Amino acid sequence: MEQLLQQIASGLASGAIYACVALALVMIFTATDHLNFAQGEMAMFSTYLCWQFMQSGLGFWTALAATVALSFLIGVLIERFILRPLAGASVLSSVVVFIGLLAIFHSLAGGIWSHTIKQFPSPFPSTTLGAGIIGGHQIGMVAVTLVMLGLLFSFFRFTSLGLAMRAAAQNPVSARLVGVRVDWMLALGWGLAAAIGAVAGAMVAPVVYLEPNMMTSVLLYGFAGALVGGISSPGGAVFGGFLVGVIENLVAYFGNLTEKLFGVYVIGNGEKLTVALIIVITILTLKPAGLFGRVITKRV
Amino acid sequence: MAALLEVEGLKAYYGASEALHGIGFTLAQGGITTILGANGAGKTTCLRALAGMVRRLGSIRFDGRAIERLATEDIARLGVAHVPEGRGTFTGLTVDENLRVAAHTRRDAAAVRDDLERVFAYFPRLKERVAQQAGTLSGGEQQMLAIGRALMLRPRLMLLDEPSFGLAPLVVQEIFRIMRRINEEAGVSVLLVEQNAALALDLASEAYVLETGTVVLHGRAADVKKDEGIRKSYLGY
Repeated sequence: MEQLLQQIASGLASGAIYACVALALVMIFTATDHLNFAQGEMAMFSTYLCWQFMQSGLGFWTALAATVALSFLIGVLIERFILRPLAGASVLSSVVVFIGLLAIFHSLAGGIWSHTIKQFPSPFPSTTLGAGIIGGHQIGMVAVTLVMLGLLFSFFRFTSLGLAMRAAAQNPVSARLVGVRVDWMLALGWGLAAAIGAVAGAMVAPVVYLEPNMMTSVLLYGFAGALVGGISSPGGAVFGGFLVGVIENLVAYFGNLTEKLFGVYVIGNGEKLTVALIIVITILTLKPAGLFGRVITKRV
Repeated sequence: MAALLEVEGLKAYYGASEALHGIGFTLAQGGITTILGANGAGKTTCLRALAGMVRRLGSIRFDGRAIERLATEDIARLGVAHVPEGRGTFTGLTVDENLRVAAHTRRDAAAVRDDLERVFAYFPRLKERVAQQAGTLSGGEQQMLAIGRALMLRPRLMLLDEPSFGLAPLVVQEIFRIMRRINEEAGVSVLLVEQNAALALDLASEAYVLETGTVVLHGRAADVKKDEGIRKSYLGY
């Protein structure tokens, strides 16, 4: 029982990270209908920036704040200078650019900081709660994520800029007609997505360690989370992220349990990623719009 | 009366094909002008060209200022509110948000609230549905919302594209009555494109008739209504 709770707690903790990545993906998707495959690598690059800031003597939170600001700027610049010229181009061109960005950030990080694995400090105390059920860093991860999600929700729900961004994502033509600078809203969306990724990266780095491949599987899980919740629904994506986090840990838990009881290895830690991919395929087959997504019908 | 909008040699393009072949017209301050014409004559294109939604050439002066090179959002910010064909509702936003988004750059919360109240005074039905998702509104209510949203821009000129489209005659009459009030009380000039020529000529004081991208007739609405050719082609009697 204690082990089960432990697995759920750690599932929620990693789920928090998947939720962030899923949200970043959904933000860009709802505005542009494109999936940013480079989202994970951008987050990884941001995490290196954070590490660099800490190396130069900044404390964790100051370094993170600087990283978030810088990542926001990088996101805006990528939209303005790389994606803007592609407006109206075919989906395939955008996909190629996203994959190009992925490769660029990957090699850039490897080139600047080398491919060797680095330790990344956690800002949270290492004490555990509830007799070892959940660790300090795990609680911190969830808390930071929830605070960030709350801030984002308030921004979109209660500010006029947030409203303008939602309007621009929903109906760019009408948004222009009421004076919304749609192009800038897209750039802002990219900035926000990059900033969310930066937080996710800095939160997960103490667990997975800092190296250029650190976000590869996280991105896949985030993608799974976004699809489970519905790629068009930010709230759904966050829920999906947490759900995927818990499911992957439960899979490992029940796999171990069956092995102990029956002595047969069916499924375990090694198949976590497989399970994530099975989730993606199942959802896409059974309910393409996701659990909370809207079914979009087009008149032809 | 000083001219609010002066258009000269306006051409508009969809890709390489020219849809407007250099039209010119003038709108007086405070008036209601209608553009009549058959399907494909270029009425909608004309409004879209004024709002900067299609590639265009020629001269457009709004209140003495050249706007033919401005982007759609900047034209809207100057006070030219385009109410598009099909209404362009933000279906996933609430009625309140649909209206407020048009005031998103304004910091004067009290004045925005006043403007909202003004919209609700014209369209009490929107007030009843203020927290509802705009996609759940009826067609008539969505048309009211589109006009209300345009009003939130505090426009000096409203470009109305087919407000009667797909609506029951009673609803259309209601909307046209309110448009007259908006024109008279708020001093908003109106450029109206409408299939229902009889209704449009009743509301408007001036009329232009477009045929295949050129102006073929211009005059006071009352005179245009009596024109035999117009009566036969557009009024059907």
